[in-house]
Amino acid sequence: MIYQDSRTILEVRNLCASVDGTPILKNMDFTVKSGEIHAIMGLNGSGKSTFSKVLAGHPDYEITSGTVLFEGKNLLEMEAEERARAGLFLAFQYPIEIPGVGNSQFLRLMYNTVQTHRGKEELDPLEFDDFVRDKMKLLEMREDFLDRSVNAGFSGGEKKRNEILQMAMLEPSLAILDETDSGLDIDALRIVAQGVNQLANKDNAIIMVTHYQRLLNYIVPDFVHVMVDGRIIKSGGKELALELETRGYNWVSDEYKAASRVAA
Amino acid sequence: MSVVAQSQAGSGYLQGLLAGQPNVAASKQAWLNKLRSSAVETVSELTIPTTRDEEWRFTDLSMLTKLSLQAAQSANKLSAQDIKRFQLKEAGARLVFVDGVYAPALSSVAAKGIVVSNLSSELAKNSTILQQHLAQQSKIDGNVFTALNTAHLRDAALIMLPRNTQSKAPIHLLFIATQKEVVSYPRTLVLADNGCEATVIEDYVSLQEEAYFTNAVTEFVLADNARIHHVRIQREGAKAFHIANCAATLSRNSNYQSVNIAMGARISRYNLNVKLAEGAECSADGLAMITARQLADTHTCIDHAQPHAISRQLHKCIVDGGAHAVFNGKIMVRRGAHHTDSQQSNHTLLLTDKAHVDTKPQLEIFNDDVKCTHGATIGQLNQDEVFYLQSRGVTHELARNLLTYAFGAEVIERIPVASLKHSLEQTVLEQTSAKL
Repeated sequence: MIYQDSRTILEVRNLCASVDGTPILKNMDFTVKSGEIHAIMGLNGSGKSTFSKVLAGHPDYEITSGTVLFEGKNLLEMEAEERARAGLFLAFQYPIEIPGVGNSQFLRLMYNTVQTHRGKEELDPLEFDDFVRDKMKLLEMREDFLDRSVNAGFSGGEKKRNEILQMAMLEPSLAILDETDSGLDIDALRIVAQGVNQLANKDNAIIMVTHYQRLLNYIVPDFVHVMVDGRIIKSGGKELALELETRGYNWVSDEYKAASRVAA
Repeated sequence: MSVVAQSQAGSGYLQGLLAGQPNVAASKQAWLNKLRSSAVETVSELTIPTTRDEEWRFTDLSMLTKLSLQAAQSANKLSAQDIKRFQLKEAGARLVFVDGVYAPALSSVAAKGIVVSNLSSELAKNSTILQQHLAQQSKIDGNVFTALNTAHLRDAALIMLPRNTQSKAPIHLLFIATQKEVVSYPRTLVLADNGCEATVIEDYVSLQEEAYFTNAVTEFVLADNARIHHVRIQREGAKAFHIANCAATLSRNSNYQSVNIAMGARISRYNLNVKLAEGAECSADGLAMITARQLADTHTCIDHAQPHAISRQLHKCIVDGGAHAVFNGKIMVRRGAHHTDSQQSNHTLLLTDKAHVDTKPQLEIFNDDVKCTHGATIGQLNQDEVFYLQSRGVTHELARNLLTYAFGAEVIERIPVASLKHSLEQTVLEQTSAKL
């Protein structure tokens, strides 16, 4: 939702990033305000997943130029864990499995670590249990889920629900959902989307990175951006996603090239 | 010339080890005396293997041969309090051996319907069946350590599970080292009759930190449909030498599930040989978790001798400091062993630049119509996994430690005894400084 008195949460200017010397992000500009839901769409290799990993602080990417301010602070100077504690959350496309570490232990470690850094009280195991079970209802999760090892043997849908559960617990000011819809059946997609919608409010913001328009039927974006070759070349409202669905991506690139020629 | 000199040194060393052998009192059972004397003969024909032997390429025992060792003659008197921390609350019966000598006062043999006792108390009663199986699974031919053990055979853990019995509570065999410069010869024989079920835990621990030598031999005989869980924990002292040979012979449709955890000893070697009859099933999982200058060597051989047998193996190594892990996993599929189904995987985590592993899958398949897969990975922690945890607020260091723990926990989780599983997990958590 677009609000009048919103504050800027994320401000990306001229961001360039490369991996193993290959440039992936090329002068990316992007601004997100509180209350907003953004969708970044694009083909494979357009750089949209790289963008989400760069924001979360993945060590494989080298920032070659540009600035990123997250709630006024220089995000690029922060370690990945500091970004998480500061309120940035990335829901992974492929959440990792951690056999031998119980899900409830892991969730409590994560929650208490972040809470401590935010100057809040930790929860003991009993308090935490009540807290997490309450959040689990939001995502229609089964009770036994807490006793299992983190993501080990989870279905694709369960893994994605676990990601959104973590989002619900950490209450980030900026949540980036990287291909959260990929591989989900309609029922799982509906549950995940419902969870995200309940978490969205006027103080936080959400960036959805996706291939498919399908997710946007369930989580309605305020802005849709098209990413091609490491930068955003077109932005619009939710109707842009529908147009991309029917017409594909080529016309956007053609339009952009034509505009660039005129400008030159 | 130097070769000759070395082999003489080798045989002198073995003579030294055998010097204590005449102290093993003669048994009333002639066959047992004969077994020992033929083992003594075998030892005198053999030498301690060197790194020139293919089977010992990576494991140099010269440090062991420099030790002056004596056989323990009497059990150190330990109180129940001394061994309290090693007790398992689930265990139904416990046999304790101190430096290889049976300690009846610390043992509890009150298991109903099954035999869990020191060998000597069953020799007269069960002479025929013991003669039939003792030292028959773990052949002494060519294996100097098995021969040495048999030459010194006196006290031994004996488990006899009658037909269709189910021992719900695990049986705990605790081997405690208390003296330095002592060699002990732990020995175990498990006879599982048709359709029985039990969990046997072999546990090697130490109450002192100086050098000593444990040379263990364990034999399992599974009759048709028997189901045995075998858990083996090697947590010897940091300067110990631990060499162990285990052989399991599986009859039709029997099931042998083993988990072997190696954490202790300066140098350890575990040989596991499993022979599968028709329709038998086994798993042979292992975790070696070592650091500093430790060496842990695991050699396994799973022999699909007959059709329709299934084997599964997951062996993992966590190598820290300048430690060295060795894994040699042989899978043999004999002619006629149709429909064999075998899977082996071996994964190693090297935590430092100086950590080292030598790993070799060895498939010998003399048959078509089989399904055999194997895979091995060696590497450092996956950066994407570290990043995942960091992105949840966890520090880089704790993320690494947690993932190291999780790597090992995958094997530990397979131990079917909750308190043991939990205490090992705690050990690994402490060792990896992973705080949960």
